Amino acid sequence: MANIATTYDDDVLLEEHGYNDHFHDHHHGDKYQSGFISHYIFSMDHKVIARQFLITGIIWAIIGAAMSVVFRLQLGFPEESLAWLKPVLGKWIVVDPTGVGTLAPEFYYALVTMHGTILVFFVLTAGLSGTFSNLLIPLQLGARDMASPFLNMLSYWFFFLAGIVMFYSLFLSTGPFSGGWTAYPPLSALPQASTGSGTGMTLWLVSLTLFVVSVLLGGINYVTTVLNLRTKGMSLWRMPLTIWAFFVTAIIGVLSFPVLASGFFMLMMDRGLGTSFFLSEIFIEGQALDRVGGSPVLYQHLFWFLGHPEVYIIILPAMGLVSEVLAVHARKPIFGYRAMVYSILAIAFLSFIVWAHHMFMSGVNPFISNFFVVFTLIIAVPSAVKVFNWITTLYGGNIRLNTPMLFAIGFVSLFISGGLTGVFLGNSTIDIQMHDTYFVVAHFHIVMGVAAFFGMFAGIYHWYPKMYSRFMNETLGKIHFWGTLIGAYAIFWPMHFIGMAGVPRRYYSFDTFDAFKHFSGMNQFITVAAILVFFVQLVFVINFFYSIWKGKKMTTKNPWDATTLEWTTPIEPIHGNWPGNLPTVHRWAYDYNKDEREFVSQIVPLEEGEVGDH
Amino acid sequence: MATVETAAHNDTHKDNDGSWEGGSQPFKASYGKLMMWYFLVSDAFTFAGFLIAYGALRFSMPTWPVPDFVFSTTPFNGHGLPLVFVTVMTFILLASSFTMVRAVQEGHEENKRGVVKWMILTIVGGFMFLGCQAWEWNKLIGEEHMSITQNPFGTHTEDGVYLAGDGHYVNEGDTFVAGESYLVHKHDGEWAPLDFKVTSGPDAGMIKSQTLGPKAFGALFFFITGFHGFHVFSGIVIMLIVTINAATGLYIKRKNGYEMIEKVGLYWHFVDLVWVFVFLLFYLL
Repeated sequence: MANIATTYDDDVLLEEHGYNDHFHDHHHGDKYQSGFISHYIFSMDHKVIARQFLITGIIWAIIGAAMSVVFRLQLGFPEESLAWLKPVLGKWIVVDPTGVGTLAPEFYYALVTMHGTILVFFVLTAGLSGTFSNLLIPLQLGARDMASPFLNMLSYWFFFLAGIVMFYSLFLSTGPFSGGWTAYPPLSALPQASTGSGTGMTLWLVSLTLFVVSVLLGGINYVTTVLNLRTKGMSLWRMPLTIWAFFVTAIIGVLSFPVLASGFFMLMMDRGLGTSFFLSEIFIEGQALDRVGGSPVLYQHLFWFLGHPEVYIIILPAMGLVSEVLAVHARKPIFGYRAMVYSILAIAFLSFIVWAHHMFMSGVNPFISNFFVVFTLIIAVPSAVKVFNWITTLYGGNIRLNTPMLFAIGFVSLFISGGLTGVFLGNSTIDIQMHDTYFVVAHFHIVMGVAAFFGMFAGIYHWYPKMYSRFMNETLGKIHFWGTLIGAYAIFWPMHFIGMAGVPRRYYSFDTFDAFKHFSGMNQFITVAAILVFFVQLVFVINFFYSIWKGKKMTTKNPWDATTLEWTTPIEPIHGNWPGNLPTVHRWAYDYNKDEREFVSQIVPLEEGEVGDH
Repeated sequence: MATVETAAHNDTHKDNDGSWEGGSQPFKASYGKLMMWYFLVSDAFTFAGFLIAYGALRFSMPTWPVPDFVFSTTPFNGHGLPLVFVTVMTFILLASSFTMVRAVQEGHEENKRGVVKWMILTIVGGFMFLGCQAWEWNKLIGEEHMSITQNPFGTHTEDGVYLAGDGHYVNEGDTFVAGESYLVHKHDGEWAPLDFKVTSGPDAGMIKSQTLGPKAFGALFFFITGFHGFHVFSGIVIMLIVTINAATGLYIKRKNGYEMIEKVGLYWHFVDLVWVFVFLLFYLL
């Protein structure tokens, strides 16, 4: 065994082993961040854009979560007066002469629709992969910035514009779109179909089309950056799992969002120009419309060709973040690095051939369904590989139970709980009973809603020092974690039982269903839990914004003793990330507790006789 | 799989172009070119969505207009000339791909005059294609009354004999067989379907009249060729900008072999390739 006791100083390493790409020979200041506007608003710096995505995502998360509280109140306490919400919701709270206020049913549907759209697209797509792909891809790869900083900036602003349009639609007199986040025709295709199907749906389409542009601009940038801008020595097999996850997520996005766009364009034609791509034999108020020859199921195919990969666009970045956080805070190499990469690739591939499992009950040929069942169940294999690897990474580790680590472990717990019910739902026969029930709601909220949030929180707490050079408050973080974990299970665990009993999702009220009446207590419990979880999230929001200015200052470059490149950059972020040379990479990202060394940064050269890992 | 690396080996990371070891471009393509490729992949998926929708709707219809009948007119009163006009159109577009290749080639040789010349020819080709499309749309919409909601091109499902003529191509007593196409005309703004007597099958002897063809044909045709035409138009606009830039010498300063021309070229070839599929589905099958 060679002498391993050599200690290195990051700055010396960068100076001696890094390489000069002549970045600082040119003056970049004016172009990037000289004035307030070019620094904080129309910034082309990936670290600023990442924070823009994050804060916009947080704002949307609050809006989307508040909506869920309102419709949970209706579901849990249908008899109670909601008159106190009148100042906020205006005419959507109908107050009768005795002063009892009820939520207008059409607005209930709008709330459910908006909650889904906002959370899936704006928060868990843009807020999650937009934030962390932007922050970490250049930093962990040793790049100065994204391949095209300008298109990267546009990506954020298209997202912002999409948000503005969607936000505006909330205030329409006819309300926002109310036909479900999947926007199936005919509710989405015929403006006269429901109150929300008019201008609300038009704005929904405009907003999401802008959003597709944003995702494509971002995704093309991420893929190109990962391929072309890795620093010297950063071979693909040395990339941290975060980067693998963002890379594959971006590929999935580039391949699936365009198909959603084609569905949207055809929907626009149906809505505006009178074509019948998705319409056939429609009657409105007994009147047959002259719209024949189309197929509503065709839209569902186009939608779910995005819609299914979309759930992996949401969960893969969370998985990547969690893998990294677990390894760093367990002080162990991630278990089965290559298996992790191959399972990401397998999940990505399978995600494209399972979409029709969302449509088992839509009139798809049951024979074809069999194929989709088989591929769907196969996804359990790479998913289980990942879960076992996470658990094995923890096994025997020197675990630091800080907030990011807690959230990462919570992610694994939730992913198992939610993943198992996915195996139930993937069977087309069981789906006859389970489809469109609260069982489905419970499944996807746990596995890709709450779990993805946990991955995101793990990432935020872990990389907060990289974003703001300060730490978030640990006590508030732990309150946030335990409140959210217990609360999330309290919300969604009971839903499985309601769902198995056949209670359908999206219903405004169950007054007229005798079979479902005995669930009113459970529904009240869920609603109370949801309200508590909502307030626990405010703890996070306060912690987040308070810590930007008042958090504990970062005093060393590498507070977590992590191996990846982002922790070799200065405490105060600068444009171009590294003040002098770019780092050169000599080893993979997971050299923890190797040869009696607590951790070895990727920029440290291999010792004489040392064996490179994996 | 364990890779053994010694410090000595590791520190001699060479600047080996085209390798995957980092610090280089694995596909030997700049980031801009890669981004164009990925954009084209995504755009291909959008078109694939449309063309799959086309297939799904077409095969859910009992009949579909026969392209040899629908696309059989040319300017200067040419009739009964199946696919002649669209062949010319397609040739023009493919020729513009050739001129684009020449422009890229001249770019590699840093020959400004050559680049500008061949780019202008490509732009002309693009405009000619769009002009042809405009003529074809005008003919279909203005004279044959096809629209995104109505399709006058029908198909007979039985043999029969016409009981009336339309004064142009169909005369009273003309016979037809199942699978033959017809065009329903308009008279004074009203559809004027012709009556015929069925001479085969279980309905033999019955009097029927022509019905309009599947609506989806018109909708899909205008939508997909329109979307493609919009791509051609965008390409022309981009090429105009790039040609002006080339003419002013901007790309000489960049000393990268007129890479911008190459990137636009990728887009232009892609638009051509998409047309090949559109041509196949709408005009040949």
